[in-house]
Amino acid sequence: MHTSATRSAATPAPSRRGFLKGAGLVFSLSAGWLGEMPAAQAAGRAGRAIGYWVEIAADGAIRIAVPAAEMGQGALTALAMIVAEELDADWSRVSVDNVARRPDIFGNPAYGGAMMTAGSRSVSGYWTKIRLQGGAVRRVLMSAAADAWSVPLSELTTEPSLVLHAATGRRLRYGEIAAFATVPETLPVLTPADLKPATAYRIIGRPVPRLDLPGKVDGSAVFGVDVRVPGMLYGTLLRSPAEGAAPLDIDRSGVSTAGGVRIVPLRDAVGIVADTLEAAFAARDALRVRWAKVPYDGFGSEAALRDFVARAENGEDRGLTFVQEGEADAAFAGAAKVVSATYTTDYVYHAQLEPINVTASVSPAGDGAEIWIGTQNPGNVVAAAAAVLDVKPDRIKVNQHLLGGGFGRRIGADMVPYAVLMAKAAGRPVKTVWSREQDVKAAKMRPMTAHRLEAGLDAGGGVAAWRHRIVAESIFAYPFVQRLEQVKGLDPLVLEGSEIPYEVPHQRVSYHREIRGTPLSAWRGIGAGHNKFAIESFVDEVAAAKGVDPVAFRLGLLRDNPRAARIVKAAAEMAGWDAPREPGRTLGFAFGKIVGSWTAAALDVSLDRTTGMIRVHRAWVAIDPGIAVNPDSIVAQSEGNIVFGLSQALKERATVKDGVVEQSNFFDYRVARMSDTPEIEVRILPGGGPPSGVGEAALPLMAPCIANAVFALTGVRFRNLPLTPARVKAGLNAGQA
Amino acid sequence: MPSFAFTLNGKTVSVEAEPDAPLLWIIRDHLGQTGTKFGCGAGMCGACTVHVDGRSARSCCASVSSIAGRTVTTIEGLSPDASHPLQKAWLAEQVPQCGYCQSGQIMQAADLLARNAHPTRQEIVRHMDGNICRCGTYPRIVRAIERAAREA
Repeated sequence: MHTSATRSAATPAPSRRGFLKGAGLVFSLSAGWLGEMPAAQAAGRAGRAIGYWVEIAADGAIRIAVPAAEMGQGALTALAMIVAEELDADWSRVSVDNVARRPDIFGNPAYGGAMMTAGSRSVSGYWTKIRLQGGAVRRVLMSAAADAWSVPLSELTTEPSLVLHAATGRRLRYGEIAAFATVPETLPVLTPADLKPATAYRIIGRPVPRLDLPGKVDGSAVFGVDVRVPGMLYGTLLRSPAEGAAPLDIDRSGVSTAGGVRIVPLRDAVGIVADTLEAAFAARDALRVRWAKVPYDGFGSEAALRDFVARAENGEDRGLTFVQEGEADAAFAGAAKVVSATYTTDYVYHAQLEPINVTASVSPAGDGAEIWIGTQNPGNVVAAAAAVLDVKPDRIKVNQHLLGGGFGRRIGADMVPYAVLMAKAAGRPVKTVWSREQDVKAAKMRPMTAHRLEAGLDAGGGVAAWRHRIVAESIFAYPFVQRLEQVKGLDPLVLEGSEIPYEVPHQRVSYHREIRGTPLSAWRGIGAGHNKFAIESFVDEVAAAKGVDPVAFRLGLLRDNPRAARIVKAAAEMAGWDAPREPGRTLGFAFGKIVGSWTAAALDVSLDRTTGMIRVHRAWVAIDPGIAVNPDSIVAQSEGNIVFGLSQALKERATVKDGVVEQSNFFDYRVARMSDTPEIEVRILPGGGPPSGVGEAALPLMAPCIANAVFALTGVRFRNLPLTPARVKAGLNAGQA
Repeated sequence: MPSFAFTLNGKTVSVEAEPDAPLLWIIRDHLGQTGTKFGCGAGMCGACTVHVDGRSARSCCASVSSIAGRTVTTIEGLSPDASHPLQKAWLAEQVPQCGYCQSGQIMQAADLLARNAHPTRQEIVRHMDGNICRCGTYPRIVRAIERAAREA
């Protein structure tokens, strides 16, 4: 293991300029982490630790521990704002420590205490926990001032980074108090009743510039791939084409002897370590490997999707019940009219721009490791490294870095065992960087899905019954099937977003699990990404069957939910739903409660009938995130959701043939570019209550918006994602035939 | 191993490398300037964009031998203190999300403004379309380029 001093030196020291004048480190990944030591052990630190979350220096600089990974969603800033609010800190003096250890202290209550950054649950999950922490530190400072002045605590108030005694006009700065205060072993335990009312907020609700952005415009931000460790070698990976196949023969006759190339056979991959990354990449290209056969070699996604559809349309297949309200089956039996449709979505790949990478150093005895990585779940990294070295988790040290995109790809730790074993074999620290091609071939995709939706209308045309059968492999079962068993087979990721916000008395939603062996992961938008496509397309189909306006139809199903109806009306009003459109263009609409936020979207869409190319010209999103913690960040996330969402709706498709992902780089796995980007307008309508998720809220609405608009333009309903030009062209020809 | 000399961010540097070693790894690993990013290795995403003799280039596709004697500027050398109008505009518009593509985006945009001080929206999109931002910051990139053009 490296000593603390070595680790400090190992972390690159980019310029911290421009972060906050005089505010110290942005990310201290080296020795003496805030939060790793109780206050009593904080001697020698620049500031005084008060509990695990806050450190205050004599000059007033405040460091706040933030356990969420920063992958672009702004959690680093938002969580610090929340702590600072209850601390009543002077925000201009705040910096953050991106902590990745001690889940017992820093775990996210939304994930049972795991330090996982996923599902748009950082702000909502930590909301109460960290306000109580910030408030407790403020209480410690006030108590110390009360003691110093010999006045009752109840006579004191605070202003940003100041404790005041109004009766005598005395005041002490937080930095001054921190220098003399006796910090208790455990902080006072506050309750939510001790916290500020929202009307008193000074930081929350203001558009606060993100703390991580200065380093992202001058090249100084340190992503996982930027880590440099003394003595480090470089590595890359040639993983088996189909996951799980062992290398049988490794022919390195074509590999140059230069560059210190070393070949490391692994369970289902070949590791290549060299003096430089160019030597490692060149060696990988020259290797010839024969791989063992695995059952997944027989898998083809196109044929499988046909099976999925057949199963979705087989009403005898009951699956596992996820939602059961009223008596859905009986209600269908008595329905005056039944509307039904089948939808599919293809696999999609994360395409995070920073390819997978890990830097690892293994102790000479092989009994411990240090890892540098950008991860959405440090706990998974520790577990994976400990398992492969057969050591206790406390022998693994993880250093968190910025993530060049996560989107769910960096939740799992599949990349870690390879990197650890390569470093162990090399006897030196190794930075393993995957090529883009390897990143695509070893994708952990959003599952391919088939959906059967049915609506039973009563004699008056009201929607009396709703059934939704969802056929997909399980994300939760990969790679540990026990996880799925723990939730009784009902995969919460696949099923997320399948609960409808509409008032329908009889409902049944069921999950029909397929087992094909495909590596899967959560993907931005989670289950809502596929479920909302099917649901919100189908809602328009039912409206069309009834001959009513899609927005009016939705509002009719939200009569008892004014908060939801407000968002539907807002998006319709922003888009000018009832106004005439330009020739050849029309609007599509979709709505849902996604990652806790009521969200509605409208898109202005046109279509080139000769090429099948769909174009989105304008986009409107209305979102109710409860409390808007950092409003500009919510707008930015919504903009990103629109672009990402139309990318997956129109372009993104991964296919598997003979067990191998067929795509390999951005020429055959296309993502949205600037020329695909519409004019965007986002309106935040906070509805009160705790904050809800925003990082994935609008994305799932893009695909149904587009499909609904294309139906309005052409009368042809497209039910298979993505809506590629070839599919649209074929569909239009069939629809006209 | 042969040696290659070129100018990086105003300083003459010399590296020993295979002639076909991509400039990207030379900059990042041999010379320690990690602001330039690896995205696709094939010139399709723009994360590795630098300036070679003042024009934007994909450093993942340029061999070090082709750079010998030439002048390379990376994000670290665009300005001494993040004061380039684009860097200021990028912060004013709060452009980056994950930030991984942004060095490349800024270098690509700097090449545009150096030759066309007041580009139209269409010219911006045409010039920037080779640079992928997976997070979807394109609307803010456009606004930041327009702001920089206005305020420069």
